[in-house]
Amino acid sequence: MTEVLLEARGIAKRFGGVQALKDVSLTINRGEIYGLIGPNGAGKTTLFNVFTGLYPRDGGEVLCCGSPLNLESPHQVAAAGIARTFQNIRLFGNMTALENVMVGRHLRTKAGVIQAILRTRAERTEEAAIRRRADELLHYVGIADRADDLARHLSYGDQRRLEIARALATEPKLLALDEPAAGMNATETAALRGLIEGLRRDGLTVLLIEHDVKLVLGLCDRVAVLDYGVKIAEDVPEAVRANPKVIEAYLGASVD
Amino acid sequence: MNMTGRDKLGLALIAVALIALPFVLASAGTAWVRITNFAVLFVLLSLGLNIVVGFAGLLDLGYVAFYAVGAYVYALLASPHFGLHLPFWVILPLGAAVACVAGVILGAPTLRLRGDYLAIVTLGFGEIVRIFMNNLSSPINLTNGPKGISRIDSFQIGPVNFAGSDTFAGLVFSGPIKYYYFLMLVLLGVIVINRRLQDSRIGRAWVAIREDEIAAKASGINTRNIKLLAFAMGASFGGIAGGMFAAMQTFVSPESFVLNESIMVLSMVVLGGMGNIWGVIAGAVLLSFVPELLRYTVEPAQIALFGKLLIDPEVLRMLVFGAALVLTMRFRPAGLWPETRHRREMSENRA
Repeated sequence: MTEVLLEARGIAKRFGGVQALKDVSLTINRGEIYGLIGPNGAGKTTLFNVFTGLYPRDGGEVLCCGSPLNLESPHQVAAAGIARTFQNIRLFGNMTALENVMVGRHLRTKAGVIQAILRTRAERTEEAAIRRRADELLHYVGIADRADDLARHLSYGDQRRLEIARALATEPKLLALDEPAAGMNATETAALRGLIEGLRRDGLTVLLIEHDVKLVLGLCDRVAVLDYGVKIAEDVPEAVRANPKVIEAYLGASVD
Repeated sequence: MNMTGRDKLGLALIAVALIALPFVLASAGTAWVRITNFAVLFVLLSLGLNIVVGFAGLLDLGYVAFYAVGAYVYALLASPHFGLHLPFWVILPLGAAVACVAGVILGAPTLRLRGDYLAIVTLGFGEIVRIFMNNLSSPINLTNGPKGISRIDSFQIGPVNFAGSDTFAGLVFSGPIKYYYFLMLVLLGVIVINRRLQDSRIGRAWVAIREDEIAAKASGINTRNIKLLAFAMGASFGGIAGGMFAAMQTFVSPESFVLNESIMVLSMVVLGGMGNIWGVIAGAVLLSFVPELLRYTVEPAQIALFGKLLIDPEVLRMLVFGAALVLTMRFRPAGLWPETRHRREMSENRA
């Protein structure tokens, strides 16, 4: 039985005279990996930024678990259970890997200034829990041995993993990955693929923007295709691959 | 924090030295105790500003405004100006609270600004506060204008008044020495608060905003509230320092709160090492004492050499400040004693 986790209705976004997104609607089911592909400039990342509250939208609405999502500010989106990573990795460079993930726990913890100053028992317990959870997540994404290194000193692939760990720390229902395989070599991409499949196994819903068509078609349960800000297809990978509109817009004339 | 035996011994030695310090200084003249007190006052200010600039990465050039607010709150509530003479333990927290509100008032409209733009607005805010103090003498005489407020009450704890001397156990506790010990207690409190905040959920959120505000937002941090919190906390410390300043000087006027003071405090934070509490303290102590040393060495040296004063030590002070900052930025861009994160980063670069 499929249950809709996220539903976007008629999303529109303009940048000056450019209609970046035009009436885009899509539904993401719980527990699936949902791919979003499209040629450069198709509006994938724009849609992403609208979903996560980074850009104000010009129309449409987003429902999460059936109720409208407040897209006013990114932290509210995160609180509603949508976590994201960035196309150009955005880590807290001068914090350690562990601290980066600990920041991700901010949302689900609550010790304030007074508790921190008095170092109450509750605060200390919470801090210990934050640290423990962050450590678990580093193990989960496989970079526990780099916990005390500064984020900026991690390798590219490890930085991607760290970003995912930080996003997971917010306890999301939906994890949105913006081109996680960009700039990765074949080995790193394969490892990433393993990680994302693991996420699905653990019941997480994943929204994946990717340039690597092979990765998307191989990994995703369903795929949407954007072209010039319009959704031209939304289906299982095989059907998308065969869709003449998609072939024309994106894959070119010859599909292997 | 786990301390080894050696750490404890070192800490004990520092404590003993700090307790004995005012008497050693007093033997060289009470002026030196006063100078030390002002150095400690600047340490307090620097630690407050460090929260805003060092932790949260918000460049604040109007920090002196909160110092001024604290000082005027004290002055108005403990002087013949309004005939109010509230005890200091009421006014100091009140001054901190009023400064805290001022911090939020400054913070709220500047939330979207960063870097240079934030610096310009905060600089303006500092000037606005000073000009207000200068002009709020009519139609209602609130601040007594440029003439300032004088005959401010000193601290009074029971029978002990901080204005005069007391003899206890054969030792003469002059006013400045009493203020010194009080300042040390406040400083200890501020250091503990700073350290605890730094290692807390809130402290991490501050650093996260400094590192990458968009990523911080996307990670679920309500950057608006957390930034306001940084402004409010920093301002509160400024307010306390201001109250102490008013009591120690027994006189406040707007000219004590000029832009130069903000720049001075910022220099201390930057020179010492933004974000590192001990570095900031070192920077503040260094920059507080250097001008005094200059005053005591440059003048006699010039008179001995040339028979007259050619360069005013005040002028030389700015020269030394400028040179110190340029050299720091050139050779130790993260400050003399940088935050561990930065230090780690540099040592790794070398490896």
